[in-house]
Amino acid sequence: MKHIWTIIDKEWAEVFQHKMVLFTLIFIPLFLVALPVLMLFLTGQSMGGEIAGDFSELPPALLSFCAAEMTPGDCMQVYLINMFMLLFMMIPVIIPVTIAAYSVVGEKTTRSLEPLLATPISTFELLAGKSLAAAIPAILAGWISFGLFLIALPLIGVSAPVMRYIISPTWLLAVLVAGPLMAIAAVNFSLFVSSRVNDPRVAEQISVLLIVPVLAALFAQLAGVIVINLLVMFSFIGGLALVDIGLIYLGVSIFQRETILTRWK
Amino acid sequence: MIETENLTKIFKIKKGVDIPAVVDLTLNVQEGEVFGFLGPNGAGKTTTIRMLTSLIAPTTGTARVCGYPLGESDQDIRRNVGILTENPGMYERLSAFKNLTIYAKLYDVEDVEGQVRKYLQMLGLWERRDDPVGSFSKGMRQKLAICRALLHEPRLLFLDEPTSGLDPEAALLVRSFIEELRSQGRTIFMCTHNLNEADRLCDRIGLFRTHLIEVDTSQNLRVKFFGRKIVIHLRTVDPAWLPQLQALPSVQDISQVESKLVITTEDPENLNPQIIRTLVTAGADVQFVGELRHSLEEIYMQTMGENQPEVTEP
Repeated sequence: MKHIWTIIDKEWAEVFQHKMVLFTLIFIPLFLVALPVLMLFLTGQSMGGEIAGDFSELPPALLSFCAAEMTPGDCMQVYLINMFMLLFMMIPVIIPVTIAAYSVVGEKTTRSLEPLLATPISTFELLAGKSLAAAIPAILAGWISFGLFLIALPLIGVSAPVMRYIISPTWLLAVLVAGPLMAIAAVNFSLFVSSRVNDPRVAEQISVLLIVPVLAALFAQLAGVIVINLLVMFSFIGGLALVDIGLIYLGVSIFQRETILTRWK
Repeated sequence: MIETENLTKIFKIKKGVDIPAVVDLTLNVQEGEVFGFLGPNGAGKTTTIRMLTSLIAPTTGTARVCGYPLGESDQDIRRNVGILTENPGMYERLSAFKNLTIYAKLYDVEDVEGQVRKYLQMLGLWERRDDPVGSFSKGMRQKLAICRALLHEPRLLFLDEPTSGLDPEAALLVRSFIEELRSQGRTIFMCTHNLNEADRLCDRIGLFRTHLIEVDTSQNLRVKFFGRKIVIHLRTVDPAWLPQLQALPSVQDISQVESKLVITTEDPENLNPQIIRTLVTAGADVQFVGELRHSLEEIYMQTMGENQPEVTEP
């Protein structure tokens, strides 16, 4: 455990000196909080009054989001929130990719991997340290963003039924459980890619592919192909857990000290 | 401290293409010994160090390092050895102090700050401890890498080209430090291209090119390759003196180079008085007498000069 913390400390000390990483860590969460807050505020301002009390003017797709005590304006906001909640799930994917992709390739390019591997650290400790160093900031950024979102909503006049909808089990699971699981998947995929390529930029570009499934879910929901409910969320979490286990196993088994040291030029 | 038996490393570059980097290396390095491992680029020196520090696994053969079997107690081996890699490989954005602190923790050093301070002060880097390593000169980075290799007080130290690319001043400082380590009784396994350095620092030399070609003290290698030669400086040389000298026991060969006589013998300590007596009796003016000392470079060139294919070391 001591070695793992040492690696985390080393990674953070090094990686947070990169302006790009700091920018990613601060700007993306703030942007992904500001965007939905602004959209909900504008929706509440421009549409809330016009369609209040008249459910017949709502598209059928929106009606499925309406709870009993909601106004049509609330239904509209809930519909939008459903879209934006997926953005919160993207935060733990985007942030660690930059950190983790640099992780092994960066050590290769500075030739610091050989002396590091010559210490008594085990492969598991090394990978766990690197994974956690990338995942922890991403998970925290996701949670803090969600917290800021929850604080901002009452300030822009979001109603109590809408607030209850946001802190429903589905979205709490999404942010508190699925988000970290996605971060773990993103980190391990990035480490896997990072240990196979020689350029941090290539590692980053390949790792960013992980956002594709989240975007696919976003567009599927926009098109009305899927509706994210508790059952879908549980299935998603179950699937993610399996993917994480597979990626961790793959990452450890593929991280061959010898191959990394001798094949790299 | 190091015992290897038929240690072999073959790299599989692609299907059907095998490159032998180290073949049948059988070697014994004693505790407290400074062992010089010499060979050209691509000879397999770095691969040997990587195997002995359990960074890569041998293809065949066995080894014990610090008493631990290679492949079975790799963590114990890593805990007991220090390595100065060919490239210092420091974390450039971090300070010298932070760099060493990280490694001290990874080596489970008890007094992390104390050890870091000790070696930074010892190598003259204490004043620059808070500066990022990226701002260091090559010599300073090398010194810092030596600090890193010593933080956990390893029983065995591997040095891969310790003075490579350093200016004469920095190289001298590193050499002096190695001499100090030697005087402390540390076991050192050193790869170097600097043959004078190896000659001066190492108790024994191993000449290596995929195979171990020769291993002995540099003095024994000189005798083995060139024999022992006495050089006698005379005011003038009379050719008539040569048969008289040739008749002396244990004289193997005599050659004349201008006003100097070069005499090959196995026993100069006993032969010298007889030679001088013979020459003085014959009327020669003896100016100087000394032993001709071949350089390690001559031995190296003679050993490596054979037309062997160069192997690219991964």
